[in-house]
Amino acid sequence: MSITVNAAPRRTTPRGFAFDPIFEILCFTAATTLLVALGGVIVALAIGGWPALSKFGIGFVTGSTWDPNPDHEIYGAAGPIVGTLITSAAALLMALPVAGGVAFFLVELCPTPLRRPIGTAVELLAGIPSIVYGMWGLFVFAPFFAAHVETPLMAAAPTGSVWETLFSGIPNGSGILAASIILAVMILPFMAATLRELLNTVPAQVRESAYGLGATTAEVVMSVTLPYVRRGAIGAVMLGLGRALGETMAVTFIIGNSHGFPKGLFDSGSTIASTIANEFNEASGLQSSALIALGLVLFLITFVVLALARLMLRNQAKV
Amino acid sequence: MLKTFVAAITATAVVAGGGVAAAANISGAGATFPAPVYAKWAESYKAQTNNALNYQAIGSGGGKKQIIANTVDFGASDKPMKPDELAANGLQQFPTVIGGVVPVMNLPGVKAGQVRLTGDVLADIYLGLIKKWNDPVIASWNKGVPLPNLPITVVHRSDGSGTSFLFTSYLTSENPKWAAGPGANDAVNWPVGLGGKGNDGVAAFVKQTPGSIGYVEYAYAKQNAMDYAVMRNKAGKWVLPTAANFAAAAAGAKWNAAPGFYLLLLDQPGASAWPITGATFILVHSKQTNAQAGHDVLSFFDWAYKNGDAAAAALDYVTLPEPVKALVRKSWKTVVGPDGKPVYK
Repeated sequence: MSITVNAAPRRTTPRGFAFDPIFEILCFTAATTLLVALGGVIVALAIGGWPALSKFGIGFVTGSTWDPNPDHEIYGAAGPIVGTLITSAAALLMALPVAGGVAFFLVELCPTPLRRPIGTAVELLAGIPSIVYGMWGLFVFAPFFAAHVETPLMAAAPTGSVWETLFSGIPNGSGILAASIILAVMILPFMAATLRELLNTVPAQVRESAYGLGATTAEVVMSVTLPYVRRGAIGAVMLGLGRALGETMAVTFIIGNSHGFPKGLFDSGSTIASTIANEFNEASGLQSSALIALGLVLFLITFVVLALARLMLRNQAKV
Repeated sequence: MLKTFVAAITATAVVAGGGVAAAANISGAGATFPAPVYAKWAESYKAQTNNALNYQAIGSGGGKKQIIANTVDFGASDKPMKPDELAANGLQQFPTVIGGVVPVMNLPGVKAGQVRLTGDVLADIYLGLIKKWNDPVIASWNKGVPLPNLPITVVHRSDGSGTSFLFTSYLTSENPKWAAGPGANDAVNWPVGLGGKGNDGVAAFVKQTPGSIGYVEYAYAKQNAMDYAVMRNKAGKWVLPTAANFAAAAAGAKWNAAPGFYLLLLDQPGASAWPITGATFILVHSKQTNAQAGHDVLSFFDWAYKNGDAAAAALDYVTLPEPVKALVRKSWKTVVGPDGKPVYK
């Protein structure tokens, strides 16, 4: 608080100055409301999930049996947790290079008449509701993926090799890899649009000086513009990762929804969000508590990811 | 602009207010499976009586929660409540329409209705014990059918659903290994296979995977012309999933011996009874806090029993036999208002 007081510049014109305190209060309220809501969510999730968490303890995150039958009721969420991490990481790995390419092309290479249409198209992609991606994934992408990617890869994998394990599963277009690809398509426009905005903030002099020194386009991108926007770029990546971690509907359609550990890339799996979406409707008692606890786990994963990103940023800033 | 807007809102409020005073407004929530027929009935009912029904298809579990919390006039569930559970919550239930679960598959070179399955074999497939279509156990029931040498891909529902409840209840009753393993519930720990979201999700996976088997609601299988299996019923006969065979299961059932209408129509006697059949249910409080609201709900379902059969059949639901409807009407005498008198006469 003291900082704002010190930093507040003295106004020379008194006109409208009575509004200033009100404005400050409004801003402060907005900021604190957000914090309170955030805290409220954590508390609500912790309270709701407590029966399951206290019953299963650490087994809730390490166990891989998810049995909602009231006669058994064992909830171990290792399968969905691993599924969430794998699909998000794979989606990010696939989407990042493409998003970077799109952004660099738009800013550095694209002929001016094409710049607007392509930019708008990328933004449009970002606006497509996730259920549409899910249905497209299930009805259009999955059959194609099964026939032209999964089946040939499985046939080509030498018996007994790592590839055979990696490509094991049911070649019907659903599963871990298919879900990751759909996720990649979904987070790509977000990341591309943010990266493009970032690259546009690079002052023209900086770029032109580099070109003036005889740098090639690739050199300018790699050693001038990219370092310039590094900080923001990590933010863009985290935005994409955040969406991938929490994405629900599209993944639910395509991932195959089995709660065990996925054995291969084509095997069916589940994510935290898809499990909640599938079962919350009909859940009661311990099952709904377990699903709320899953929500808490997802919250914590997102939190850790963001914290790691901050840490990376800080380390980079020191270099 | 603003004035017109305010005027419009006031006008709407007046009209709505007048409507409420003149006619009943029934609210219900629950199962998604019967939602289309309830909506159809509500539309005709409104046209004929000016009474409106507002039904929210939030799922059977939600329907139970809402009626227990007394936020709706009736709840709807595909999964009947056990008599002790009904008593504990002061509720009673009755069936409205019947549906069934149909095993569907994708077998290249095999036509719809060509493959015969028993409940025991179906459970072994879903347990992952029978792994190939040309397994001797399947072949022994299917002499002369060109069963392919394909691995069986099991497809189940990923979301909690009354369809899964009926299906797993059937497997539980037919196969002790299934009963000891996953058991019966609207979501279970499936030993093998992959889960599709909703009937659409299951159907899409089955269509895309040669050698797969799944299960969907009868109406869905029929409207999408899916390749179904022929099942063996309690009488030892092989039956097709048809409306008549679902009705046969309902007709053979001993409703009057089922307290609180707690009855799954699984494996019913009767030469043509389809073995995986079940009714969907309505839940109401036995003691109504508002006698008029209770009366309105029961009047609606009485009207539907009398006039709704054609609409239900058009949507591929199977309607209750007349004796069952008579039994249900008799049970309504125990729904009483605050004064202890029956709300429906």
